[in-house]
Order: sequence, then structure tokens, then C-alpha cells
Amino acid sequence: MARLIRTEKEVEGRFEEVWLVVEEDALDQWPAGPQAIVGRDATRKDALERVRGEAKYTADLQLPGMLHAAILRSPYAHARVNKIDLSKALAAPGVHAAVGPGDAKGLEDEAGYAGAAVAAVAADTLAHAQRALRAIEIEWEELEVVLDPEDAVKRELYTAEPTTYERGDFEQALADADVVVEGTYRTSVVLHNSMETHQSVCEWVGDTLNVYISTQYVWGVRSAMAEAFDLPADKVRVVCEYMGGGFGSKNDPGEYTFVGAELARRTGRPVRCALSRRDENTAAGNRNATIQKLIVGARSDGTICALGGEFVNAVGWTGWSAMTEGPLQMLYACENVRTVRYGAKINTPPMKAFRAPGFVEGTFGLECLIDELAAKLDVDPLELRRKNYASSNDGKPFSSKNLMECYELAQEQWDRRHEVRSRSTGTWKHGVGMASQIWFGGGGPPSYAWIRIGSDARAQVVTAMQDIGTGTRTAMAQIAAEELGFPLDRVEVSLGDTSRGPYATLSAGSSTTPSVGPAVRAAAADAKRQLIEIAAQRYHVEERILDIKDGNVVSADGNVNTAVEKLVEVLEDAQILGKGARGPNPTGMSVLTFGIHVVEVAVDVETGEIRVERVYAAHDVGRIINPLGARSQVEGGIIQGIGHTLSEVRLHDPESGRILTTTLDAYRMPTIADVPEIVCAFVDRPDEHLTNLGSKGLGEPPIVPIAAAIANAIRDATGADVHELPISREELLRALQSAKEKERRGAHAAV
Amino acid sequence: MSDLKLTINGHSYDVRGARVGVSLAQVLREELGMTGTKIACNEGHCGACTVQIDGVPTLSCITLAHTVEGEITTIEGLREHPLVDAFVQADAVQCGFCTPGQVVSAAALVAANPTPSVEEIRHHMAGNICRCGTYPRIEEAILHWRD
Repeated sequence: MARLIRTEKEVEGRFEEVWLVVEEDALDQWPAGPQAIVGRDATRKDALERVRGEAKYTADLQLPGMLHAAILRSPYAHARVNKIDLSKALAAPGVHAAVGPGDAKGLEDEAGYAGAAVAAVAADTLAHAQRALRAIEIEWEELEVVLDPEDAVKRELYTAEPTTYERGDFEQALADADVVVEGTYRTSVVLHNSMETHQSVCEWVGDTLNVYISTQYVWGVRSAMAEAFDLPADKVRVVCEYMGGGFGSKNDPGEYTFVGAELARRTGRPVRCALSRRDENTAAGNRNATIQKLIVGARSDGTICALGGEFVNAVGWTGWSAMTEGPLQMLYACENVRTVRYGAKINTPPMKAFRAPGFVEGTFGLECLIDELAAKLDVDPLELRRKNYASSNDGKPFSSKNLMECYELAQEQWDRRHEVRSRSTGTWKHGVGMASQIWFGGGGPPSYAWIRIGSDARAQVVTAMQDIGTGTRTAMAQIAAEELGFPLDRVEVSLGDTSRGPYATLSAGSSTTPSVGPAVRAAAADAKRQLIEIAAQRYHVEERILDIKDGNVVSADGNVNTAVEKLVEVLEDAQILGKGARGPNPTGMSVLTFGIHVVEVAVDVETGEIRVERVYAAHDVGRIINPLGARSQVEGGIIQGIGHTLSEVRLHDPESGRILTTTLDAYRMPTIADVPEIVCAFVDRPDEHLTNLGSKGLGEPPIVPIAAAIANAIRDATGADVHELPISREELLRALQSAKEKERRGAHAAV
Repeated sequence: MSDLKLTINGHSYDVRGARVGVSLAQVLREELGMTGTKIACNEGHCGACTVQIDGVPTLSCITLAHTVEGEITTIEGLREHPLVDAFVQADAVQCGFCTPGQVVSAAALVAANPTPSVEEIRHHMAGNICRCGTYPRIEEAILHWRD
């Protein structure tokens, strides 16, 4: 029965109360462990077309008569357009239309960052469009530029009001602590840099707007475009079958799509609007910089009794302030916690969600702090974490938590540290570090799936979700095949089109598999029930003794054993249709993912060179659908995280606010030569309270703890307390120097 | 504007009135519809546009189409290469946008050296960026490309 409920919905750590229609989910979970198809390696359903270059991405789409748009961006970090003249651009060769501030959403007369969109033209070719941009005449008025996030906080320049949190009596607990450790941790701006830049092709057909876009959320684009152009939502069709990466940056249409649709409306022709790589490095979103002032108090037995943090998120001109304090509030069983978080509004490009926004940054600070506490207490860092294990989240029970099992799995790796340290020779020091992972990833309603089975005994899952490269299409096929009792090669998945399938959630917040997967299973169960009803009528047996296994209809008494093809061949053009919905999340429970990374590093204390040699990762994300794809997610998250930790940083000029690193030459992402040995393990235990699958998401968890684990390994190897990301050679040499001075002072004190 | 004559994947192509200064990647994608060759940075930093010219991996986004004299091999000409199945089996593909370029680079490597070591793979493939981080799978696919 459909029920209307008021419930809390979480996306990327942001909670909101929403009304939802949910259907009760009556299916029991499958038993733990690998099933016939679920829990076993499956190569990707769409691997062949992607590898062979046949998959058509938005970048590959060429529509007849298509024009190309180019966007003029502000050269100033803060300025107002006092006057703009588009006439010369309009008269330039090949140009068909030009728009300025106010003509399309995203084009504004106040530019709040260098790279903000101001005007745009559509022309026969991109080269024509780019040339025409130079003919746009603008009279700029430069405004005050604020770039220092702490300065912004002092002046109360916020993107939203500060967020405070307190439990217990933090002040008293800190005063009573035997040991106190504090530190300031900084993380820098890093960029998604998906291989396919942000882009879309917009086309008006009759009174309908078709949007082909590289997006993580076809439904979000649909509603945003409908609102912007004052259309009924069903008059907007959004299509994204393949997309070249997003990592959180492609959850909304972006100014390029609003501009493209407006130019298409004005010209009556399809318009492509694609960001160049340099624009991608400037205006496509980022993981914002943070400053974290943290303090921990503990009793001499290692019990953490007070945790406090003041967090500044350097959000940028717009964007939202992610929950950087989340790990500090949630990871440990500390009774007295106080946090405050500021979102600084400064004249830098806006943040966008980036793979576990806030928690990546916050885990770096917290898990480094905890290791520094362990050093001060002279206790084993892993033991310290076991001792302060949280058994509930702010009073809420966990739907499932197997972090202790992750610690058990990692123990053997952790025990290697004595052997690893002994490899140190000369200036090269070796060490081992660890960090814990906590993050969301439970998904939620609504999401729906349909399934159709024809007389060829093949099943097509239809759901308007996206596969952004995580392998969700394959996971959905596995879930459907498992439930139906079909071989995997008899199931296909149709996705990525708002006009051709029911609503499915966005591909962000590690939510696709835990949100859409249960709906797919429910749809498959609905279809299977119908197959069994038909079989009972055809073979004159009771439904209750019939089942479908490996593509055969079988009866418990052994009298029926027939291929499903035989059963359905009489259907001809008739089809069996199943439908399924995602049920609600367990009420009153905290649904989270957990894990641990153990990292081995080698550090040259003379040059500051750091080599990550080995990463062991154990994650608890409930039931694993596809171990092959899951391993790829873990490796990919770790590699991206190594980039954030060691080499990636987006720099801006501290005076003008202009972005200095706009190419892939300057913005240094990991290559194959930078990859350490990566070993991964999963607890693989279904969350018994979460849906008919017991699965959580895995897109984000692997990137969460890696930076802190690397920093802690550096401390183990060298004694240096790293406090800043990326850990450049300068930062490492600074930390080494300060460790040396600390040691000298310690020696003096001993004398 | 001037005409172009290109040999691609063993076939001869005439491109009429190609703009002087157009890149090989643009000609392949926009004039000839061979969109397997991707453009990700358009300035020679990422390797997504890799094609072979006389067997040598070449960045087609910074190669002027009019300067090409040799035989061009694109992903479209390598669709039956054993590396394709090796990539599929090893799960050496996530979003897939860089993958055709990875295969084209890898094909040049294994043609010259059918049994490359891990070090040789890392050296040869370091110019092909994969933001999803499929590198360990790519390494595995190339190590076992003939299995």
C-alpha cells in the first residue's frame, strides 16, 4: 500500500524534512554472503561500448543545424557590469544570437568571482563563438575583493548562518582532562576535473525542451530547467545515457545549460554549450578549502572526554557549507562535544559537492588529531580508537556498524608497522599510519523501477537513473537477475531518460545502489510473481512449490523443470510488467558507512619526497552487490584521495583572486605511475534494518580516510605532525623542522 | 581552407575544405564522425585523444590535421584488438571517457613490446590520465592482454 509519510532525507550529509509516498517493502533480505549472481564478480554491462569508443557521450552528440555557444567570464574576482554592448558580437561572422546579464539564469551583472558567467553567444562554430566574445564591450566597475576566509568570518560575511552543536558539558570535560592536544589543520581547494567537461546540448521541439547533458541527476536538471523556463516539468526531457565522470560537480544544470537553452530558444536551433578544460578548472565547482581548529581532551587511560572544533569552510561566492564537523561529532563515543562551523562567503569560485564533501576534510583534521593524542598518551593509535568506539550516534542506534570488524581485518596490516619501519635507511624513513572512515551512504526513497519480460524470456529493467561510471547499471542488472532467477546475460538496463522511465535518485551521496537497488529488486519480485502464476496455470501445479532458478521454472516436487523461454513463448507480443518502489529508511536509526585505511609510506627527510607504497582498505557498506566493481570504486577513491593529499591544489592569486592553475599541466592529478599497491577488503554483511537489500553505497567512503592515514604514516616514519593538505614538500619540511625543535625542547626539559 | 587526404584504419578519406589549423581530433570527430577519439583537455595534457600515426601514440588534439602524412589508427580500428576484452575483463573502465585513448596507447605498447613489465607499463601509460582511477585495472589488463 502506498503511504504518505513525513521523513528526513539525507543527501551528501544535508538533511531535510520531506513528504514522501513510499510503498511498504515486504521482501525479506537474501541471506548474507554471495548469492547466485549478487555478491559475485560481474564485468560491466556497458564495458564493451565504453572501451571500444562506441558509447555516445554528450560530448559526442551532433544534431543537425547545431550551433555552438561560448560564455564570456569575468576577469575580476568582484566587479559590476555597468554597461554592456552585445551589438558588435551579434554582427560578428557566424553569430546567431547573444545574451547578457539577466537574459538567462546564471548570467549576472555582479560577478562574484573571476570566471563568473556574464554573457554568451551562439555561432556556427565554437571558433566563431569564441572570436565574437572578444567583440563584447563591457564597462566594469571593480568592487572590493575578499579572499581570506578568516577575514570574511571576522566580518560576518557568511553564505549561511554559523552552525553550532553541543552535547554534554564540553568546557568542564576539557578542564577535567588529564591530557589535552590541539591543532589547526588546513585543507586546500581541489577540483573534480571529470574527463568530460560540463556540457549540454539543448533543443526545442514544439513546446518541449530536450536537454542532453552530462549529469548526475536527470530529474534535478528537469525540474531546474522547467522552473527557469516556466514550463510544466513534463515539457522538459533530460537525457544522459553515458557521462564522463562527475564526482559531485554535475548535480545541477549549471549556467551553461540555462544559457544553451535560452540561445536555442532565440535561434530555433539546437545549441551545444561546453566548458573548456580551463573553464572547468575555474568555474565548474570545487572542494572548498577549510581551516579547522581542533582540540581533544582525554583521561590518562585513553578515554576521550572532550572534543571541540571551530571550522571555517571557504565556500566561495555561492555554494553550501558542508558538514566538516561531522566526523568529529560522530566517530567517537565522546560525551562532551562542541563544534561551530562558518561558511565564509569570499570572492572565489563556488564550491560544489565533491565525493564526501566535508567529511574528507574533517576526517583529515580529526584523525590526525587523534593520532597526535595517541602519541602524547603513548598508546597504540588503533587501540585508542577501539577504546573510544561509538555504539550510537548522538543517542540514535546505528542501523548497522561493523567498524570493529574492519579494525580486526586491518590488524594484520597494522602489525606490519614494526617491519616496515625497520626498512628505513639513510634519509628514507618508512612508516605506517591509519585512519577510520565514517560517512553517510544509506540512500533513501523515493526511487522506482519497472521491469518488462517479453516472450523471448529476456528482462529489461527501466529506471531513469544515471550510471556516472560507478557501475550502477551492472549492479541493477545483477539485482534483477538474482531476484528473477535469470542468468545475468538475459537482463538489460535502460536508464538516463526522464521521458522513458520512472523517477530515480541522483547519482551522488553514494546513494544510487542503496536507493534504486531495492526498487529494482521489488520490480523483479513483482514480475517473478506473475511468471510463477502463469507457470502454475500452464503446468497445473501450486504456485507455492514453484520457483525460477538459472532461467528455469522448477517445482519443489521435481515434476516441473522447464526453461523460462518455454513458459513465456506463448506470450508473443504480450509482456509481463513488474514495478517496484524504494521503501523508507529505518526510523530512529543512523544509517552510516564505515571503514579503515592502513597506509605504508616512505619519506625522504632531506628532500621532502613522499611515496605512498601500500594502502590497505577495509570497508563496511553492507552487502556487496558486485565485488569486482566494488574493488574498482575503492581503488579509484584512494587514487583520487592520494592526489588530494600529495599533489593537487587549485591556486588563486592572493591579490586579484584570479585562478592560476587552469590546465591539467598545472593542476596535477595522479597518473598510473603514482599508484601504490592497493589491497581491499569488505565486511560484506547486509544491514538488516536497511531495505530489502541491506546494501549501502561505496562511491564516496574510500576517499574519506586516505589523507589522514597518509599523514599519520608520515608521523610514524618521521615524527613530523603534518597539518596541511596537500602535503607539499614545503609543508613536510616545515613539519619536520617543527618536530626537530619540539624534540630539542623536550631534551632540554629532560636535562 | 584546403582539402585533406587521410588514411585511417586502412581506409582512405577525403575531407573537402578543411579549415587550416584544424586539429586531427576535430577532423576525426566532427568531419568523419569517429567519436571514439575523445577530447578532454584539448591542449595535449591528458591523453584522451590519443591515436596512432604509423604506430606511434600521438595526441590528436594538438596535431594539425594538414601535417599528418602517415597512417592513422584510431580506437575504431582497434575494436577487435585483444586489449578490448582484457580491459572489459579486468574492469579497466569506469566512466569510460579516457578509455579509448588508454587502449590506443596500450596497443602501441604491446605492438612494440608484447610482454611489458609493470615498470614499462607505468612509463608508457603515464600520459593517459584517468580521473576515476582505473589505473590498477589498466595495469592488469595490459599485463594479461593475451590471456
